[in-house]
Amino acid sequence: MAHLYTPGLQVFEKTLVQKHRTLPIPGEVLVKTGDFVKAEDIIARTEIPNEVIELNIANLLSIEPEDIHDYMLKKEKEPVKEGEPLAVNKPLLKWFKKEIPSPIDGTVESINKVTGKILLRKPPRHVDLSGYLDGKVVEIEPNLGAMIECSATYIQGIFGIGGEQSGILEMVVASPGQPLEENMIKPEHAGKVLVGGSYLDEKSLKRAEEMGVKGLIIGGLDANCIKAWLGYEIGVAITGDEDVKTTLIVTEGFGEIAMAGRTFELFQAAQGKRVSISGRTQIRAGVMRPEIIIPLAEDKDSVVKSSDKSNEAGVKEGDIVRIIREPYFGMLGRIKSLPSELLLIETEAKVRVMEVTLDDGKIITLPRANIEIIEGINR
Amino acid sequence: MNKELNVIIATDCGSTTTKAILIEKMPNGEYRQTYRGEAPTTVESPYNDVTCGVLNAIAEIEELSGRKILDNEKIITPANGKNGVDIYISTSSAGGGLQMLVAGAVKSMTAESAQRAALGGGAIVMDILASNDGRLPHQKIERIRGFRPDMILLSGGTDGGTITHVVELAEYIAAANPRPRLGHTFRLPVIYAGNKSAREEVRKVLENIVDLVITDNLRPTLEVENLQPARQKIQDLFMEHVMAQAPGYGKLKTWVEVPIMPTPAAVGYLIEKVAKNLNINVIGVDIGGATTDVFSVFGEVFNRTVSANMGMSYSVSNVLAEAGVENVLRWVPFELTEKDVNNRIKNKMIRPTTIPQTMKELVLEQAICREALRLSFIQHKLLAVGLKGVQQSRSIADSFLQVESGQTLINMKDLDLLIGSGGVLSHAPRRVQSMLLMIDAFQPEGITRLAVDSIFMMPHLGVLAAVNETAATEVFEKDCLINLGTCVAIRGEGKYGQKCLDYRLDIAGKSSIEGSMTYGELVMHPLTLEEKAKITLSPAKGFDVGEGPGKSKETDIQGGVVGVVIDTRGRPLCLATDPAERIKQLNQWNQVMGMYPSF
Repeated sequence: MAHLYTPGLQVFEKTLVQKHRTLPIPGEVLVKTGDFVKAEDIIARTEIPNEVIELNIANLLSIEPEDIHDYMLKKEKEPVKEGEPLAVNKPLLKWFKKEIPSPIDGTVESINKVTGKILLRKPPRHVDLSGYLDGKVVEIEPNLGAMIECSATYIQGIFGIGGEQSGILEMVVASPGQPLEENMIKPEHAGKVLVGGSYLDEKSLKRAEEMGVKGLIIGGLDANCIKAWLGYEIGVAITGDEDVKTTLIVTEGFGEIAMAGRTFELFQAAQGKRVSISGRTQIRAGVMRPEIIIPLAEDKDSVVKSSDKSNEAGVKEGDIVRIIREPYFGMLGRIKSLPSELLLIETEAKVRVMEVTLDDGKIITLPRANIEIIEGINR
Repeated sequence: MNKELNVIIATDCGSTTTKAILIEKMPNGEYRQTYRGEAPTTVESPYNDVTCGVLNAIAEIEELSGRKILDNEKIITPANGKNGVDIYISTSSAGGGLQMLVAGAVKSMTAESAQRAALGGGAIVMDILASNDGRLPHQKIERIRGFRPDMILLSGGTDGGTITHVVELAEYIAAANPRPRLGHTFRLPVIYAGNKSAREEVRKVLENIVDLVITDNLRPTLEVENLQPARQKIQDLFMEHVMAQAPGYGKLKTWVEVPIMPTPAAVGYLIEKVAKNLNINVIGVDIGGATTDVFSVFGEVFNRTVSANMGMSYSVSNVLAEAGVENVLRWVPFELTEKDVNNRIKNKMIRPTTIPQTMKELVLEQAICREALRLSFIQHKLLAVGLKGVQQSRSIADSFLQVESGQTLINMKDLDLLIGSGGVLSHAPRRVQSMLLMIDAFQPEGITRLAVDSIFMMPHLGVLAAVNETAATEVFEKDCLINLGTCVAIRGEGKYGQKCLDYRLDIAGKSSIEGSMTYGELVMHPLTLEEKAKITLSPAKGFDVGEGPGKSKETDIQGGVVGVVIDTRGRPLCLATDPAERIKQLNQWNQVMGMYPSF
């Protein structure tokens, strides 16, 4: 039977989720194998080198740069306190004595006799790494982090804004085709992750932030709305570091699009449960999609790792696919056939195509490039 | 390389696809590209080995050609009948290509020269640091640390000039202690190509922190730019240090007989060769999914720029952001709301591998393409300039002309050949679409030939040119380049309906075609590459076809798969401001050119 390789989003009711949690640079790991951690627990910690400040000692003391070492009171790598003298001149009369105090707490990074300048570095910044999801520590990467594992419902979105969050999941609409409106977001939603239906506008986004909502999950929204919310345009889909209080996850795409029925049902089943979400998206080589993880109290042996179920075998006739380009954008259908010959489409391009039967029984032909599989549905 | 090459296999490992081509010497002694195969690039998990994609692409050629090239995972050499190949060569831009930071003492002088050297070496320049770039030291240090480049090029000072500023920059690099993007264990390569007198001081500051390589000063005097040694070092280090850290490249390195070249460096090398061999001025453009590269050779001076976030898929939304919705919509001959355009483009950004299925979607993508090309070309003109800071001796006449140093080298009237490459141009359903997209974006003036790369094989031929120039040139002319035809365009501004050009086209063996055109028109006459033709142009007062305003011109002209396009829309090209009028205008032009079937 014909099949093809195609990208897809993962939607799994039960799967084994494993997350490598690593520090940006080596530090101290605070957990050990076998520990159970909560999403907000700190599992590793490190210090990142801080800002550097430049001081032109030669100018300040009116000396030649090459003589700088003769006037320095501190050596390279030596710690200093704010106000502590760093260098002093050697006048004949002590009235003319001039000391250069350190403007910061820190260390002397370097002393240069060519430029006559020194660099001072502020004390390091502390970086804490959280567990991100409720689960068990199954592996330690010495000095760098750990792998956390749990059985979970796992759903990928198509695009997100904002970083990692966790909170109680709550449905605020009754059906996947219902838009989420501003007045549906209430003060009691503070700290929660809300699931909407087909659409939300800029007012709802702002209201969610004001109410302290941790996350919003929605089928679609207008691209203009994101620009209005953030104050700038997203040019390339590399996100996750935006300065927002509410993480946004879009499951289908831009425009008003009903959330896929199965995705919506999985959220309905998770109403009231604690979830971990991340809006981080990277659509380049090494694709990263936003995700929603709903930990389950299940035995991990009864589920399969999501990575083991990747679509390496490709899709085949009979599989359910989502159409991801006009004129059928957002529709779901079942593959009827995968003809091998190239076919002329409306644009006059000759491309590989597939026949898809839509829910209403209509059979359409479309380029193979314009569908995605929904992993977890077909297998 | 002197050995005889009868069968050549070449690959280009791109970010998403690895493309292989087979080149064979025909019984008449000509080199021709015969088969092509492609497969997804495999530098990412779960494969983590670039050679898997290479083997898959070559296996496709084996199937199509019936030639046995692989013996398990080895390329059979030399060729013997229907077995094996004589040489395997490759280029690569996988894993994001070569990403560099450059630094120089003065932003518009040594830092700009360093930027040109890095771009010419095939890199994407992530940032340009200079002593006078307006940033505070800690901001510069944060920037260096934050980027994780593949390599840094440090320049600064003419020989015997400033030492202090160069050492200062070296100190910032040392304080940042930058980590390379690939490979956690190796030290970041830093090339020093600045003031000779500062070498020792730079060495003291950097040698224990980075992998320091010292080469000739790229700006030994203000009047001289010597980029070749730095460019060469960049390419050497690219393979030895950077790509060697990428998955599978250690193995791939042992398969090739000449070093793997960064893809843009190979394309640039080929364009330089073409311009030199034919003694013409050339502009080449390669528009990809994420980036657009522009190459130019004017008066034997080569320049390359890369617009890092100007592309047709991954960065399509950035094109919209940079150009503005109104500039994209001006090329669309039907009504579309701003909200609709935004949603469609963002949907392409999040699902970059989709293709237009309806004619309206194709028109919108081609509108975006025009803007991506236009903006990338503006960027190119800003960097392809004469050296700044050079003292000029002026005659009295010069002082009236107000010629400044650092002017752009790109003069569209002197452009002989414009070559387009990349999916949206190479695979446009109609060739005339590629031709008009390039005319609208680059706005050539006078008489200019246009061509497209048939199946994106310029990178392969670029690396082949380094091994066997004859083979590369023959395949380039016969299989790679599709001559579209010639564009004849007037320079000048006028009013719609104002008469601006009379012309006569004499095609050997056919009767003459005469025409009279008003401002704002497009005309197309079929003319094949084989036909010999002469064109006589008589512009009205105030309009220029290359000889000066109002001056006539008579010249031989070359055809192609499209023919001759005569463009009296003026330069700069302006469209009607009234939306209904603009749509009427676009529809007229599209109809004359045969751009689209009716929709």
